[in-house]
Amino acid sequence: MTVAPARPVAVRDGVGDSARRPDAVAKVRGEFAFSSDLGHDRMVWGATVRSPHAHARVLGVDASAALALPGVHLVLTAGDVPGVNRYGLERRDQPVLAEDLVRYIGEAVAVVAADDPELARRAAALVRVDYAELPALTDPELALSGGGPVLHEDGNLVRHLRIRRGAMPAAADIVVVTGEYEVGMQDQAFLGPESCLAVPDADDGVDLYCSTQWLHVDQDQLADCLGLPAEKVRLTLSGVGGAFGGREDLSVQAHACLLALRLGRPVKMSYGREESFVGHVHRHPARMRYEHGATRDGRLLYVKADILLDGGAYASTSAAVTGNAGCFAAGPYEVPAVEIDCRSVYTNNPPAGAMRGFGAVQVCFGHESQMDRLAAALGMDPVELRLRNAVDTGSVMATGQRVEGPAPVAELLRRVAGKPLPPPPGTDPRLLPGGMSNSTRAEGLLRGVGYGLSVKNICKSAGYDDFGTARVRVLARGGDVLAEVHTAAAEVGQGLVTVQAQIARTELGVERVTILPADTAVGDAGTSSASRQTWISGGAVRAACAAVRARLLERAAEVLGEGAEALRLESGQAVSELSGRAVPLVELLVTEIEETAVFRHRDTQPLDPETGQGDAHVAYAFAAHRAVVDVDPELGSVRVVEIACAQDVGKAINPAAVEGQMHGGIAQGLGLALMEEVKVRDGRILNPSFTDYLIPTTMDMPPTVLDILELPRADSPYGLTGVGEPPLLSAPAAVAAAIRDAVGAALDRIPVTPEAVAAAAVGR
Amino acid sequence: MRVDLEVNGVRRSLDGVREGESLLHLLRERVGLPGSKNACEQGECGSCTVYLDETAVCACLVAAGQAQDSRVVTVEGLADGAELHPVQRAFVEAGAVQCGFCTPGLVVTVHDLLARTSDPGEAEIREALAGNLCRCTGYEKIFDAVRLAAGEAR
Repeated sequence: MTVAPARPVAVRDGVGDSARRPDAVAKVRGEFAFSSDLGHDRMVWGATVRSPHAHARVLGVDASAALALPGVHLVLTAGDVPGVNRYGLERRDQPVLAEDLVRYIGEAVAVVAADDPELARRAAALVRVDYAELPALTDPELALSGGGPVLHEDGNLVRHLRIRRGAMPAAADIVVVTGEYEVGMQDQAFLGPESCLAVPDADDGVDLYCSTQWLHVDQDQLADCLGLPAEKVRLTLSGVGGAFGGREDLSVQAHACLLALRLGRPVKMSYGREESFVGHVHRHPARMRYEHGATRDGRLLYVKADILLDGGAYASTSAAVTGNAGCFAAGPYEVPAVEIDCRSVYTNNPPAGAMRGFGAVQVCFGHESQMDRLAAALGMDPVELRLRNAVDTGSVMATGQRVEGPAPVAELLRRVAGKPLPPPPGTDPRLLPGGMSNSTRAEGLLRGVGYGLSVKNICKSAGYDDFGTARVRVLARGGDVLAEVHTAAAEVGQGLVTVQAQIARTELGVERVTILPADTAVGDAGTSSASRQTWISGGAVRAACAAVRARLLERAAEVLGEGAEALRLESGQAVSELSGRAVPLVELLVTEIEETAVFRHRDTQPLDPETGQGDAHVAYAFAAHRAVVDVDPELGSVRVVEIACAQDVGKAINPAAVEGQMHGGIAQGLGLALMEEVKVRDGRILNPSFTDYLIPTTMDMPPTVLDILELPRADSPYGLTGVGEPPLLSAPAAVAAAIRDAVGAALDRIPVTPEAVAAAAVGR
Repeated sequence: MRVDLEVNGVRRSLDGVREGESLLHLLRERVGLPGSKNACEQGECGSCTVYLDETAVCACLVAAGQAQDSRVVTVEGLADGAELHPVQRAFVEAGAVQCGFCTPGLVVTVHDLLARTSDPGEAEIREALAGNLCRCTGYEKIFDAVRLAAGEAR
């Protein structure tokens, strides 16, 4: 007889299986309730009055014309905020409703409640706000130099991260390349609009049903803004139509709660697409100056980088993004000496904050462009140059932190480089540059191949107390055993509900698992960002299941008269490995068992403020991309023919969901490379629609080739590492490199426009 | 104004419809069928795709009044009771659903594609779905779902 390991227990749709999403059926039927689908009998609709000026004094608000419309109930301004009129993730610097100053176009000044959404919007347009315009500061370089107006009390510098390591080498026989690069402002472009339903209750509290990435941080901010204790601001996650970082900050939440509490009626808010563009933060636009020095045989000697991020009008997560951009500015390479300065500034542009990749995306375009430039200067193959310098386990990063755990950077690159290349272009114009505009018959096309390597931290960094909480209840129902899992972790589309259930099945040997709605009735789960939730909330679910299992086995031990240490759970039974005797779990669950667990990853340290050195990160994740493009040099149009991506995920808890994350990340990376940019002029977004802000369609996306490595970590549940961000990181760099390879000229800005490609092709 | 139409086989007479109201708003807010989604409301994303007298349209681009006396089928009208339509089943099985906001529109679009063509080729699938934006999946598993549903239909 073989003795099965006590755990994990084999169970269908457990850890490692491509279990189906529990919410998929409701989603394909159109019956899944997104926050924009919610309704209530007595509900009214909220709308927001927004600043048309990038920088202005607010002289007064006259709501009389709006209030005169039948069906308009209420107009609120800053003076109506009962608590602290400030919110923000890192520093509370943003007014819920502007007081005497507005700092960007789209800043909320007043909110209106009316009987229907159209009336609410009309009423908002009738609210008259008198402004005195001030000079707008929209150039981040000017903000840094102190040449413009000072926008916040502590000045315009949000953060300066300085990283110094090693001694710069003497100048003899060093190959030096320099470059200046830019990354435009990318939008998360989640499809589900910002929306919520706020329902006041009888004891002056409020129940808020909303889309967010982090219920408890919303609750903290809202309680302070509303002047209520936290227990009177109860949040429940409703269906979230994508997030990608854009739902970390508050949008509709405070406004809807203010209106609902004041009116004593449920209030619904839902942005249109245009409003959504000013209703959430964007990826930081970046300007980067780089200098790389290497030996003649291609060993990196030093990297200097000077990076400026435009944080826009309010801080949001700018300080943390600055930290990331600085930490990863040199990329996944061994560099003996670094001199990195990464800064973020306030301007009167729309606020920037979290977006998938969180600072690492911007610098990846910088360091990878430099690696290609260096390879060209050395006359070396760009893959070879990268392989020669790639970090491995035990390598030291720019911050002095030693890489622990798997770091198969060279292997990832070898894998994408070793994939067969796609066949030459065919004749179907739909699959050629220009696509359905039918602009080429494949004559004169140039093909190019480019590579990107990337690194990013997984989980929160720099001393942050990062944890997740899970409550697991096991009970007998209808002759069967049912496990309920309750966390506050935000399912935003990534499949967290699926993996939570998989973990519970594996740990408890139970088939039936219900994931309860996420809400603030259970402890904090932390944010659905930093690729951390499967690790952290998954870890909490696993720990809570372990506690439940221990109690089940105690009961079984009593029934069987054997020691609990020889018992395991399997297929709804507790089985003795010694005697082979078993007792059904149903019989052990005359009373249910419930356990709550908190899971923390290991501590991290803040970076040294002078040198930027320190063990700031829990873990590093790596990815490699290879892009193949066809370019029409006359029109500058580009067709991405194929993108290959290799990524180490430690353990694929759900392989199909991992693939889905990789496909989606690659798509967002392709978008940033070629088409996605929020165009801002004088603080105004010029393209706030899906007509003018383009995200990749089915015609833009090429086939992808995925290679998933599973090299287990020693310090995470099941050996997993975060999956969500890496597949985006180096995709833009690889696409840009492929275009450069095709046209044989420099391209220093993403998104790469047809104009830039055509100009580069002419100039070559 | 009043609009009379048939939605998913049920006759509806709706009073108090505003002149500027879209069919999407009418379906979501008056008929109580929020399955058709409101991601852009200007015909770019396809999330609100419905059948209007057998033609797949963006409900956000159709004035509610234009739907007078027409037959509308929404994503909620595709399944046969508890039994999913093969296209819906294929989306579930292929892992083509992430956040799911684009899903209803894509399900209707694919339903329409396969009603016209039982065995669409690669470029044909891409072109047919080009009016439906998805931000999560990169479309690969949606293509898998189309091929799965097409194979099942043959």
